[in-house]
Amino acid sequence: MPTDSVQSLAAKDLVGIAPLSAGEIQLILDTAEGLLEIARRPIKKVPTLRGRTVVNLFMEPSTRTRFSFEVAEKRLSADTLNFSAGTSSVTKGETLIDTARNLMAMAPDFIVMRHPNSGAPHRLAKMVPAAIINAGDGINEHPTQALLDAFTMRRHFQRLEGLKVVVAGDISHSRVARSNAFLLTKMGAQVRFVAPASLMPLGVEELGVQTFNRLEPALEGADVVMMLRIQRERQGNMNFPSVREYYDFFGLTPRRLALAAPHAVVMHPGPINRGVEIDSAVADGPRSVILEQVTNGVAIRMAILYLLAGGHGEPTSHS
Amino acid sequence: MTDREQVSPTRVQILDEEGMNRTVARMAAEIVERDGGEIILVGIHTRGVPLAERLATAIAAMSGQRVAVGRLDITLYRDDVGPWRPAHSQPVIKDTSLPDSIDGEVIYLVDDVLFTGRTVRAALDTLMDYGRPRGVRLAVLVDRGHRELPVAADVVGKSIPTGLDEDVQVRLREVDGEDGVWIGKGSSDAH
Repeated sequence: MPTDSVQSLAAKDLVGIAPLSAGEIQLILDTAEGLLEIARRPIKKVPTLRGRTVVNLFMEPSTRTRFSFEVAEKRLSADTLNFSAGTSSVTKGETLIDTARNLMAMAPDFIVMRHPNSGAPHRLAKMVPAAIINAGDGINEHPTQALLDAFTMRRHFQRLEGLKVVVAGDISHSRVARSNAFLLTKMGAQVRFVAPASLMPLGVEELGVQTFNRLEPALEGADVVMMLRIQRERQGNMNFPSVREYYDFFGLTPRRLALAAPHAVVMHPGPINRGVEIDSAVADGPRSVILEQVTNGVAIRMAILYLLAGGHGEPTSHS
Repeated sequence: MTDREQVSPTRVQILDEEGMNRTVARMAAEIVERDGGEIILVGIHTRGVPLAERLATAIAAMSGQRVAVGRLDITLYRDDVGPWRPAHSQPVIKDTSLPDSIDGEVIYLVDDVLFTGRTVRAALDTLMDYGRPRGVRLAVLVDRGHRELPVAADVVGKSIPTGLDEDVQVRLREVDGEDGVWIGKGSSDAH
């Protein structure tokens, strides 16, 4: 897809994929490409963000996203402060606004934020001068996940345009699915959402995706198969009879994967539920790029920190 | 910036293609004389990269020996990356490619223009994160003066005294489609 190339991100924050242009997405992916190499060096650290402070504000449990951000921050030499729900005063009844005011008194340059409420990072972005990076807000968006997914796809296929991407699982509770739909449709990929009717939100077609209530027809000719975790913690009443039955109808088995294109890759944002949405033989199989996603996630998060660290104006002379 | 920019800047050619070839050959001879063939040429992006290749070719023609060539991106080590830059656009990150180990090696950093010395400072810091070379030297096609840091080149193709309001433009076939060095006033083509 011909996209106008851009040199910088327009906003001070990354609150979602929805506000980004195709050119901005391309800039982030291209920047991450140059940062991947740092993980292979003897000294896995560059001084770029020396003296900058990043607050990691995680109001919801997270292991891999929080670790991934922390590795990215440390590889760029930023100082990091970690606030997690459960250990911070959020559990003592402090509001988001008061937490933000207190954090700002410590003058951070970035706030990486995960929050159970959709829109919380957007709110914070308007209140504080620091750059807010959304690490997942409620059921709204998880932009860095979609960027690392797209980065992984682009590294395998050298393009995003025209790729057939299946996203299967708990669509209704998935910010990963939403961010991926925004990103992939902007970049000209074809997105197919698969979920039982009870887990497929109404009006989801407005995102520009095709919807399926069965996995098999969606898998036909797919280049990428992305399985989502069944989020039992977000479901008051289970939306399907049993985990076993979910696996029987929607689990990605080697036999079902054979319906996809021969070169198809299997992705999963993690953590995986073996024997629920994905069979171990697939998760550990040759088509799985699940661990590549983790490596790529660090480079994507470094790219976002690097790009948001820019000031305003034209580059200075440097000879 | 100013009205001056709107008129086409006056440019004077300092080196043409033939002059550049001669200069690169002389630089190669100086490098061989000084350190023999046991060196690694490391070009600094952008125009240091093809220059390092050309030096390697010239050294091979002279000594029959092909020296190792690498390339270095200094972007993440620059001193003007961040909010104090007058720029909302961060410089583009390019690839770095070095031999598996540079420990104990003699490295020649190669760049087109030596000006403030800040690029060289960043290049030295970058290099040190990859290992501990026995020695690092600096080869530049043009030294235009006006150092802001205590940096000197070991091998200089051409020294050109310049004013601060002047620009030195090195153009290379591999990057720009033509070979030559120009000096001009009022162009905003900064490095």
